[in-house]
Amino acid sequence: MEALQLFTRQTKAIAVARRSLLVIESIPGIRYNEIVDVELGTGEVRTGQVIEVGKLTTVVQVFGGVSEVDLLNSKVRYKGETLKLPVSPDILGRIFDGSGNPIDGGPSIVSDDYLDINGIPANPASRMPPAEFIETGISAIDGLNVLVRGQKLPIFSGSGLPHNKIAAQILRQASLKGKSEEFAIVFGAVGVSYDDASYFISNLEETGALSRAVGFINTASSPVIERLSTPRLALTAAEYLAWELNMHVLVILTDITNYCDALRELAAMRGEIPSRRGYPGYMYTDLASLYERAGRISGREGSVTILPILTMPDDDITHPIPDLTGYITEGQIVLSRALERKRIYPPIDVFLSLSRMMKEGIGEGNTREDHNNAFMQSYAMYAEGSYLREISTVIGSEALSDRDKIYLDAANRFEQEFISQDEQERRTVEETLGIAWKLFSMLPIEDLKLIQREYINKYLPK
Amino acid sequence: MGKIWRISGPVVIAEDMRGSQVYEVVDVGEARLSGEIIGLEGDKAVIQVYEDTVGLRVGEPVAGTGEILMVELGPGMVGNIYDGVQRSLVTMKEDIGDFLIRGTRTAALDREKKWPFTPSVKAGDKVYEGDIIGTVPETGLIDHKIMVPIGMEGIISEIYDGDFTIKEPVAIIENNGKRIEIPMMQQWPARKPRVYKRRFDPVDLLVTGTRIIDYLFPLALGGKAAIPGGFGTGKTVNLQQMARWSQTHLNIYVGCGERGNEMADVLHSFKQLKDPVTGRLLQEKEIFIANTSNMPVVAREISIFIGITMAEYFRDMGYDVLLVADSTSRWAEAMREIGARLEETPGEEGFPTYLGSRLSTFYERSGRVECIGNPSRMGSATVIGSVSPPGADFSEPVTQATLRIIDALYSLDVALANKRHFPTINWLQSYSLYADSVDKWWNKISDDYSSIRNEALTLLQKEAELEEIVRLVGPEALPEDDKLLLLAARIIREDYLMQSAYHPVDTYTDPERNHKMLTTIMKFYHMGKELAESGMLVSEINSLKVLQKISRMKDIPNEEFDQYVSELWTEIDKSTLYQEGGM
Ligand SMILES: Nc1ncnc2c1ncn2[C@@H]1O[C@H](COP(=O)(O)OP(=O)(O)OP(=O)(O)O)[C@@H](O)[C@H]1O
Ligand SMILES: [Mg+2]
Repeated sequence: MEALQLFTRQTKAIAVARRSLLVIESIPGIRYNEIVDVELGTGEVRTGQVIEVGKLTTVVQVFGGVSEVDLLNSKVRYKGETLKLPVSPDILGRIFDGSGNPIDGGPSIVSDDYLDINGIPANPASRMPPAEFIETGISAIDGLNVLVRGQKLPIFSGSGLPHNKIAAQILRQASLKGKSEEFAIVFGAVGVSYDDASYFISNLEETGALSRAVGFINTASSPVIERLSTPRLALTAAEYLAWELNMHVLVILTDITNYCDALRELAAMRGEIPSRRGYPGYMYTDLASLYERAGRISGREGSVTILPILTMPDDDITHPIPDLTGYITEGQIVLSRALERKRIYPPIDVFLSLSRMMKEGIGEGNTREDHNNAFMQSYAMYAEGSYLREISTVIGSEALSDRDKIYLDAANRFEQEFISQDEQERRTVEETLGIAWKLFSMLPIEDLKLIQREYINKYLPK
Repeated sequence: MGKIWRISGPVVIAEDMRGSQVYEVVDVGEARLSGEIIGLEGDKAVIQVYEDTVGLRVGEPVAGTGEILMVELGPGMVGNIYDGVQRSLVTMKEDIGDFLIRGTRTAALDREKKWPFTPSVKAGDKVYEGDIIGTVPETGLIDHKIMVPIGMEGIISEIYDGDFTIKEPVAIIENNGKRIEIPMMQQWPARKPRVYKRRFDPVDLLVTGTRIIDYLFPLALGGKAAIPGGFGTGKTVNLQQMARWSQTHLNIYVGCGERGNEMADVLHSFKQLKDPVTGRLLQEKEIFIANTSNMPVVAREISIFIGITMAEYFRDMGYDVLLVADSTSRWAEAMREIGARLEETPGEEGFPTYLGSRLSTFYERSGRVECIGNPSRMGSATVIGSVSPPGADFSEPVTQATLRIIDALYSLDVALANKRHFPTINWLQSYSLYADSVDKWWNKISDDYSSIRNEALTLLQKEAELEEIVRLVGPEALPEDDKLLLLAARIIREDYLMQSAYHPVDTYTDPERNHKMLTTIMKFYHMGKELAESGMLVSEINSLKVLQKISRMKDIPNEEFDQYVSELWTEIDKSTLYQEGGM
């Protein structure tokens, strides 16, 4: 990704090298946050960034491990640019690394159109509230945690849980109900294993979706700094496809935990005062600068929908990474180890999961008139049954009344029949609601308090 | 004209800045980013920049404007949407399109538009600061009162009737031979509280339409409250509900470091929703400040002060104003970030040591006051801030500092959110110090207010104690009177406290209806006690038909409600078998 360069400026006047920081005598014209090449004594070239610039001295952070001796013998070349991505319709079907260079053997992207990877914030007055239902074919999502175009909805997972499978299933199946349009897919892999990255790519290849996909891949072995640029490149590509080519774009970013750890590592090297668990105090804002790039803009055809994936350290939802993510995204899909142990796929924890844009995306005209009622009743039924299941482990199920036993049974069947489905199974939202109604018929009819009478007459199996 | 000397994130140091003053607004760099001087040392000025500083170079020009950061006040604010430094986002959209390009200059108020001004004083009248000299019907809901600016007085020598822009004079005042032109627009420094004559205790209920707030933890007009809660617990929905339904004359919604989609939702819904009292569009009584989380961090800090200045200004016209700020934690984080760049000694969790005092300079600007000027009038500014504690842990600095300032707390509960019990206001942890002062207000509706309120709160407290026992022995093992108490508490929770913001009827409950709903449930409880005493099992009471009617109560349209409830009461009374005298 070589941006056009009119001139470069170079200096050897390095005054201090401390950890990964270089304090350099300033030369005129250095831009705040511009990218630099640091040529080490050995001739090796590292990337760096200007993190502070003054009249007398400039501070550059060098990415990748280097010793202080190396740094003192280095040369610094200022590139005069912040990171930019060349864009053209040709990016579809291509795979790039975390610096935007092709890694699929294909040619470089030729374009005059370079976009700053940090994007420009959308005017809140130009945004349109997301409202169009995306059918993922997964009941636990389409029935209870509806995803809509322009939403940002993360998957909170834990190590060893099938988040990649679920994400791949969503990519395969996602469609706008009743429309044949297909999503463009942008895939940003941050610090993931080679296997995880190729899992997604081969998945896209197999389904023929690769031609409408763009990948940006930073594997665990590639430079840490690129963990920060990878999602930004991905989102820049997504915005280009959405706002300039009018496409509906689904962005998968995985794994945000690696992203945050990189953020922490680089902040520590700068000697910044850390906030919770060593993560920088500005992590909320930094994550928001990614997630907020989702949305719809009035008068424009396209949309950017973001599905970030993160693994919760120790399955702890109060850990800063899921916590700050939850404070920014419009809900979350939480995976449960307990369901996984019961061999339920997808192991989606219905109680901790939530889609905040659900109400806009459901109901007559979007999904079906009874959707909201069926959602609330399913939820109440499953919650009551789960509560009884929990206390029955203490007091014994004999101590439960007959009514309570029905609920306990309903909760189990809800997990087995509603939540659980095959990795290849693509349920329509009507099928999803049908399963819910089948389970409602287990309950005494007067318990269906959350459903309007007319829907009971219409949908309850006789 | 100074020059950039150093750049570190949003903090820029400029040299050759002699003659500048602290809080002066400056244009930074060739892109003319807007900034504010926050410190001076020798010829150097420390500037916080309200826009992204990426790409700035040392040596680029820095120009002082000679003015400190002022809020523009005048017709044109209501219904407008501002960014964190009071640029009109509506105008920006027209001027530069859908994305916020740095360095864009946009005035807060339309300079061209003509507003019809009707004088309320006449030539020869002596006027003082704060006096109302005329009005402009700004929207169908707000008459904008034009006041003599603070610090000015004199004899009206001329006053005009007609259509004017905000900068044209509508009156001329003479003072000691000096002629002063009075236009409709005024300015006021954002960080400085506006003046008033006298402060009074808040005593009137702020009717929010949310049952648990209005009845159990009432807020008073002019009060200050906070809503802390983990992510997804309902802070934003609660604040939006208040900004929608409160009986206040004007609401200011400050979205500070929060979501763009959420702002879009607010903006769109307020264009459609109607005020419950007047039936007019809510947009006509609303000012929006939208500084979303991906917009420049530094502007979060000032956005809150801009909002409160607007609130005070309308208060000074004699209005009841509500300001909601979502979220004060993002505001505090902005201060933390600036503090770190300035290498200040940090306090707890890296927040500046002045966190508490800065928070109180905001909340303390709430209040019920006698306004300055004639005619004599009362006004109020109520302030509610959300707090977003990391990990929903309320022991963190921002929550703790806020608790020391506010007088009503709506403590949101993650466990309730996971149960989808909304609003998730925890009834055991929330409180309101206004409960006693609004007692009189409530007594206009019913003398029973405080006794019903206390009884309900006690019931809920006892339920919490019993729940512990149930977890050990199961519900069946409890004595009958405890079972009945649990039943009553459950009804209170499910059929009264739970309230959907999305149901057309349930979303707003007026005080009378609110009182009747809780009274109905307490009536049922008393009846249940009678029945239990006469030997009926709680499981039988639980299957009484009236219970289904109680659970429907929420959704009954307002027109049918009184009829519905009086029938329900008759039914409850009939259910009891007791002979004469009753309870
Ligand atoms: N009164 C209510 N009625 C119905 N649903 C509600 C209510 N309050 C909250 N909710 C539900 O909870 C979700 C989260 O609420 P909200 O966005 O207000 O949370 P928040 O506390 O502001 O979270 P964050 O800190 O992440 O911004 C809503 O999208 C909605 O689904
Ligand atoms: Mg919120």
